[in-house]
Amino acid sequence: MVLSQADIDRALTRIAHEILESNKGSQDLVLLGIPRRGYPLAVRLAAKIAAADPTVDPAAIVGQLDVTMFRDDLSHQAMRPPYPTQLPRTGIDNKVVVLIDDVLYSGRTIRAALDAIIDLGRPRIVRLAVLIDRGHRELPIRADHVGKNLPTSSAEKVRVRLAETDAVDGVPVNEVVIEATA
Amino acid sequence: MRHLLSTEDLSLSNAVRILDTAEEMAAVGEREVKKLPTLRGRTVVNLFFEDSTRTRISFEAAAKRLSADVINFAAKGSSVSKGESLKDTAQTLSAMGADAVVIRHWASGAPHRLAATDWIDAAVINAGDGTHEHPTQALLDAFTMRRHWSRLAGTPSAGADLTGMRVAIAGDVLHSRVARSNVWLLRTLGAEVTLVAPPTLLPIGVEKWPCTVSYDLDETLAKGVDAMMMLRVQGERMNASFFPTTREYSRRWGFDDNRLRALDGLGLKDTIIMHPGPMNRGLEISSAAADSPRSTVLAQVRNGVSIRMAALYLLLSGDTREPAGHADNTRFHTAENTSAHAPKESH
Repeated sequence: MVLSQADIDRALTRIAHEILESNKGSQDLVLLGIPRRGYPLAVRLAAKIAAADPTVDPAAIVGQLDVTMFRDDLSHQAMRPPYPTQLPRTGIDNKVVVLIDDVLYSGRTIRAALDAIIDLGRPRIVRLAVLIDRGHRELPIRADHVGKNLPTSSAEKVRVRLAETDAVDGVPVNEVVIEATA
Repeated sequence: MRHLLSTEDLSLSNAVRILDTAEEMAAVGEREVKKLPTLRGRTVVNLFFEDSTRTRISFEAAAKRLSADVINFAAKGSSVSKGESLKDTAQTLSAMGADAVVIRHWASGAPHRLAATDWIDAAVINAGDGTHEHPTQALLDAFTMRRHWSRLAGTPSAGADLTGMRVAIAGDVLHSRVARSNVWLLRTLGAEVTLVAPPTLLPIGVEKWPCTVSYDLDETLAKGVDAMMMLRVQGERMNASFFPTTREYSRRWGFDDNRLRALDGLGLKDTIIMHPGPMNRGLEISSAAADSPRSTVLAQVRNGVSIRMAALYLLLSGDTREPAGHADNTRFHTAENTSAHAPKESH
């Protein structure tokens, strides 16, 4: 196990405070989670931001951003069904958008997310927060907030299991593990 | 699913997957930038051997919203009128690099022929073949019904089917590929379908279809109907007398003002009136019915673009380089096993 439930919780608490610190407060903040596991992480982060700043309504700053239709590997990957994109009521124009995903790897998902954002509006700033940065970037993209830097071989698989998305009986959730692939 | 040819062999999971994907596509139509880069660099050929305005425009709009290049090919004024065969036409288009062929043909089975042979390796979408099937029309009808049905139930439409919905389809069933495709699809989705038509406009063997058949529209309405679909009387396909006069037809099988008023009396306040278009106003549907708040005619047109976007996306994403000759549905099976629930592989 790489991260336990308590590790994940501590990392998210730190990232929440980092986001508030780099933004000098909570004004104009919008957290956009990338399906599937980025969204529950965004919800958890919003709750932690609201705990640190009681003026924040956590439900009003969280959204979900589906990037499926913007991927560059659609003709090679097996078909993916798109997830809904839901923006906060205030929209993203002139906001500070923090993209949130579970694992940063090649950077291609984030590239797709940047394209998706541009079609939805014009944020003032876009930042990136990830739970795990496992390296092996294929594009000039880096995260502003990282839960844990995890050196991996590209033959390994990083699995993030969250209670919100991966609740299956008998499988532990809220942890990060590395699996070797055959 | 490599091709979309008919609704008869469409599984429940694939049908719901297309409807769910269309929900997300519909959301794109409400955004400021109504375009997705998804199919950039792909070519969609609209191959129309039969006149059609709305279906062709709908497919064209769908392909363009997904950034695909669209080539429209109408048989009129083309080499087809010089006697070119379907095979030669298809191979010519394939040589130009078509990734998907949307075909409408006057001959039932023409799209199946294209898909089953090795003439082309593009994905084939049936946009209406003879009096056989018109799957995207049935899917957009089901999408319209599902939105209505879930709104009534107060539940989200994603993932839902049409269990328990009572649908009546009235009119020229004999010539209607829309009716056929709808009967198969609605059965798969769990709706109860009643066909209403004069005996002369029902095909041979209709008693074996998974639906009830009635000759009396008022009797069917009295039993309770949640969606009433009127079919166009297809004058251009009628080479014999199927009913005595248009006046008699509209009195007995048309949705006229009296029947519109009767809906309220029957307590059917949530019944919607559907029509695939183009409408013969005054024949199978009165103007008051077509323009009433119950009418979903324009919603159907709007939903048609979403459904066709979903079909193009589902057929053209995934590994298109798989060798020709693979069994149908390969891609959906792969997708079910790997991508839908397994964690993402590239972050």
